[in-house]
Amino acid sequence: MTITLVLLAIIMATVIGWLLRQSLSSEPWNANDPVENEPGRGVLNIDPAKIGLLSFLAVATSLFALFMSAYMMRMNLGDWRPLTEPNLLWANTAVLVLASFAFQLTRNAATREQLSTVKIGLVAGGLFTTLFLLGQLVAWQQLNAAGYYMTSNPANAFFYLLTALHGLHLLGGMWVWGRTTIRVLSGADVRSVRLSVELCTVYWHYLLLVWIGLFGLLLST
Amino acid sequence: MAYVAIADRDHEIEHHDPTTFITKYVWSQDHKVIAIQYGVTALFVGLIALILSGMMRLQLGFPNSFSFITPIEYYQFITMHGMIMVIFLLTALFLGGFGNYLIPLMIGARDMVFPYMNMVSYWLYLVSVIILLSSFFVTGGPTGAGWTLYPPQAILPGTPGTDWGIVLMLGSLAVFIVAFTMGGLNYVTTILQARARGMTLMRMPLSLWGIFVATILGLLAFPALFVSAVMMTLDKVAGTSFFMPAIMSMGETLSHEGGSPILFQHLFWFFGHPEVYIVALPAFGLVSDLLSTHARRNIFGYRMMVWAILAIGGLSFIVWAHHMYVSGMNPYFGFFFATTTLIIAVPTAIKVYNWVLTLWKGDIHLNTPMLFAIGFIFTFTHGGLTGIFLGNVVVDLPLSDTYFVVAHFHMVMGVSPILVVFGSIYHWYPKITGKMYNETLGKVHFWLTFLGTYAIYLPMHYLGFLGVPRRYFAMGDTEFIPESAFVLNQSITISALFVGVVQLLFLYNIIVSLKKGKPAGPNPWRATTLEWQTPDTPPKHGNWGDNLPVVHRWAYDYSVPGYHEDFIPQNVSPDEAPVTEEHGPDT
Ligand code: HEM
Ligand SMILES: [Cu+2]
Repeated sequence: MTITLVLLAIIMATVIGWLLRQSLSSEPWNANDPVENEPGRGVLNIDPAKIGLLSFLAVATSLFALFMSAYMMRMNLGDWRPLTEPNLLWANTAVLVLASFAFQLTRNAATREQLSTVKIGLVAGGLFTTLFLLGQLVAWQQLNAAGYYMTSNPANAFFYLLTALHGLHLLGGMWVWGRTTIRVLSGADVRSVRLSVELCTVYWHYLLLVWIGLFGLLLST
Repeated sequence: MAYVAIADRDHEIEHHDPTTFITKYVWSQDHKVIAIQYGVTALFVGLIALILSGMMRLQLGFPNSFSFITPIEYYQFITMHGMIMVIFLLTALFLGGFGNYLIPLMIGARDMVFPYMNMVSYWLYLVSVIILLSSFFVTGGPTGAGWTLYPPQAILPGTPGTDWGIVLMLGSLAVFIVAFTMGGLNYVTTILQARARGMTLMRMPLSLWGIFVATILGLLAFPALFVSAVMMTLDKVAGTSFFMPAIMSMGETLSHEGGSPILFQHLFWFFGHPEVYIVALPAFGLVSDLLSTHARRNIFGYRMMVWAILAIGGLSFIVWAHHMYVSGMNPYFGFFFATTTLIIAVPTAIKVYNWVLTLWKGDIHLNTPMLFAIGFIFTFTHGGLTGIFLGNVVVDLPLSDTYFVVAHFHMVMGVSPILVVFGSIYHWYPKITGKMYNETLGKVHFWLTFLGTYAIYLPMHYLGFLGVPRRYFAMGDTEFIPESAFVLNQSITISALFVGVVQLLFLYNIIVSLKKGKPAGPNPWRATTLEWQTPDTPPKHGNWGDNLPVVHRWAYDYSVPGYHEDFIPQNVSPDEAPVTEEHGPDT
């Protein structure tokens, strides 16, 4: 549970720390308290959709961390036979990095309102992601062909489970990506999709990070 | 372009009023309607759980008299009762019900920030409830593994409901968690970003602090239940061995090997303990507001109350293994978890003192919500004290899995939150419906419920000392259990059935008052918080008419010296309410 505790501690410390800062110097019982009457106090200068996404990332962090903790606890038991990860995963990782990169370019272009770059970037990001997901499926097939079945060892089961979970999160992202791309290609204004593009970018970077963490864990054990 | 707060953009945002019956009351995105949908569904399943407990009590009080309750059914009843009460009633009602209703109204917003997601959250919750209840009708019936669902027995033949019941249970939980997450992201974001002008975090009523922090706990803790549900489903359906050790079942060696049931326990309780506070923190918050309003006195130590909520929230993640003392652990871990458990008692005790001090010299109006709130202080203190006993490893070992534990957790997380639920429903009923409930009936309901629950749970502590084990269908001829225990069990059963029937008074009251109740007026309790200052009662779609309220003070300006009323609503500015004396800070 160490990983989970460390990550949750960081999340909780951020949240609680911020909330405490709101309260330390204030005298809420005093209606004339200058601190409480500061204009705009406590409202974060961030779009609600981003707060929603960040909160969701906290949830996802808890989810992935718990799976990783479970992995590490289960690993120490006698019947664990580590599996050899297919080399394809390295290629997949590279493709996912490219996807993240494409989204970053799209985001930058969206801030500068360069419609054509946004179009190219979105399509590229989607393509790389699809490639990654297909690559993961091929990796599954290779493992299966090599006799690493889901039920034959917990190491295999965890491999399938963790990659599937990560893939599902990407698929969820692809849904938002799909809606945004369709809107851009059918001629919507760049400004109207800037927020969606930004949200996608953050989400893809996050999932890249998660993947690197997962891949590292899988490789090192 | 800098971001502009929602409250400041109000006039630029278009508000669409729903027009058809369906969009108004069925596929509604209005937080008030969703709250009522959540509330009614939760109360409905809660009623089922109550009936199940009545059946269990029949068996325990009068063993062998009811042929329709076999051991198999008894286990199924226990499991469904526990799970429904904790998750599908209390969690859903406090956050989905009260959270939905109160958050936008109390912060002065028109709705949640993601209304569509809010609607989906309710419908998914309903789906999870339907999946859960459908397990009563499948082959093998619902699971009988106990609400903790410990493997390996939860998925092995011999335990009731291993055909479909357990799969449906796990599936239902997974759907519930998705529903909760959708709701939870809404509650957090709304509280952070949609507050009215002047409504700083430290001017929020404690109800919102409780709901806010409980939601954060839920968002971070429910994934642990999700993880364990997914892995257990795979063990059951796909034949993996995450939790399943090598095991013989019914004379056959199963193909599982090497899995760890303890791993499940860690995951389950990593969710399970925070879950206690997911239920308790909203109750703490709501009860603070009831006490302060009906004692006409500012809440004692507001800032301390906020800090205590935060401290409890943080600590609740590092005490989980106190549920696993009997599973065996390194003594140093046991020491660590016992210590953190006792530390959490400190902020909790501070809250209890502050509630009592709020009442001190207050102008107490003993109406129904207040009675329930004061009742809560009793039952919660009571359950909290027995918790301190159980938090100690050496005391817990002999008492674990006895009726002492049953009594403890019912007092602290069964009865106490339920009293707050009742108190809060009575308190906000006039706002939700525009009608007043029947006060006499409400008081009768309180006294019978309050005294009745003591008649049920007080004797259970004693049964626990005798060593009567929990989750047993019947005691049989056990030597160490004296005859008196059987008599006691009968009396408990009679009280339990009585308390169960008394709840009909409540249902009758809230249903009949819908039609017959006297018009309540906008602010019958003369309360300060924003939901009582809406232009319409019940509030219309969009809550505030043309202009959002502007907040000038905290939620607890009761009996301010020098003001002609004994309350100053939060949206009254200092110029409109000049106060001659500075009134004292408590922290
Ligand atoms: C009048 C109301 C209630 C009665 C008479 C009642 C009765 C019971 C009984 C007889 C058991 C089984 C004890 C055993 O054999 O081990 C039980 C278990 C349980 N009850 Fe209640 N209960 C009531 C309300 C509640 C409430 C409001 C909650 C909400 C937290 C709750 C939560 C539980 C839990 C979690 C279990 C443990 C289930 C298990 O062992 O798996 N109960 N209750
Ligand atoms: Cu606990």
